[in-house]
Amino acid sequence: MPKSSAGLLSRSLAVYFKDMRLELRTRSALNAILMFGVTTLAVVSFSLGQSNLSPKIMSALFWVIMFFSAMSGLAQTFIREEETGTSLALKLTADADSIYLGKLFFNLTLLTMMTLIITPMFFIFTDAPTNNLFPFLVVLVLGVFGLVSATTIVAAIIAKASTKGALFAVLSFPILMVLLMSLVSASEKIFDNQTLADTSSEVQFLIAYVVVMTTASILLFKFVWRE
Amino acid sequence: MYKLDVDNLGKRFGERKVFSKISFELKTGDSIAVVGSNGSGKSTLLKVLLSLLVPSRGTVTYSNGEEKLDDNHYRITTSFVSPYLNLYDHLTAEENLKFFTTVAGNTITGKEINNLLAKVGLEGRGVDYVLGYSSGMKQRLKYAVALLKKPEFLFLDEPTSNLDEAGKKIVFDLVEEYRKDTIIIIATNEKEEYELAEKLCRLT
Repeated sequence: MPKSSAGLLSRSLAVYFKDMRLELRTRSALNAILMFGVTTLAVVSFSLGQSNLSPKIMSALFWVIMFFSAMSGLAQTFIREEETGTSLALKLTADADSIYLGKLFFNLTLLTMMTLIITPMFFIFTDAPTNNLFPFLVVLVLGVFGLVSATTIVAAIIAKASTKGALFAVLSFPILMVLLMSLVSASEKIFDNQTLADTSSEVQFLIAYVVVMTTASILLFKFVWRE
Repeated sequence: MYKLDVDNLGKRFGERKVFSKISFELKTGDSIAVVGSNGSGKSTLLKVLLSLLVPSRGTVTYSNGEEKLDDNHYRITTSFVSPYLNLYDHLTAEENLKFFTTVAGNTITGKEINNLLAKVGLEGRGVDYVLGYSSGMKQRLKYAVALLKKPEFLFLDEPTSNLDEAGKKIVFDLVEEYRKDTIIIIATNEKEEYELAEKLCRLT
């Protein structure tokens, strides 16, 4: 009945807007991510009190909060499709590439929203230096892309498992380990008032990680999704 | 002229054999009913035919008469209605129909949506969330989604489950309407449903 074909971008955006609409109506993933991020940050700041944190500790704390916040909500996009039994209709209607890209955009939006709330709070609660913001933002953007590109494909893999939560963290950890080490190292230098040029090796690695992980995920997803 | 060729198909889950040695050939205009007792593997066979499960042995080949269809043909050629295929509860019926149209790479007008909903007896209910639908209304909406494309292969698993008499009549009319230009595969135990098909595949 309906006619005229649409490209990959509009098919991906259809998945993205569907997920956004469902999320705004149910708030299942966003609430989980925000609650985890805010409560962890509050606990950390109250525990540390007025302690002077070293750049290394500050950097590690920030990315630990980001990592576990991502773990608490980013898998929902695929788990919800499996648990509500809608993945079958999606499989029979949409191609794998548009589903993966739509879910990737959705997770990117979720983590960006969370980052916009958590990051200013982190700077306020921990007294992190704010005189070197631009390099921090560069690392932050790459970190968000890296976390999302890795966790989206792992979420697709674990969606059918019975112990999803534990499996998500266990499978994500080795993939994200190198990313987190690089992010912590780059942030530490930035909190230590070094320039973006001083973190060039980490930034180059982060860019390569995002490109490789996203490309590999797109290639792998069609096999994960069909099976 | 589309064809579905099933050759020596078998499926096992571990040690348990579900079915074996299933072979049939269908072309456009043909219909087959898969019948058998509960747990005999009717739904499993449909899932294998739809490539949702990998067969333990044998092959399933779709072709358009000239060449084999690739794995992406489902998006264009196949519609499936089943009790375990769910739509999005937190979207309205109209939003579901628009989504499944757009994600398949097509567009649909408001008028076409209204016509489709009227065809399955859901006129005036398009703006309601699917969450508030009865099981029969959800089943009707699944038929509306199935008819978003003009299917060459129509798979119906327990086609009238949850439907009242009016709903059943809609399904029987649809089967009659599509019979000539479509390959229809029905999995059922209901006599009035398997009598819709010309051929019978009995699972034991």
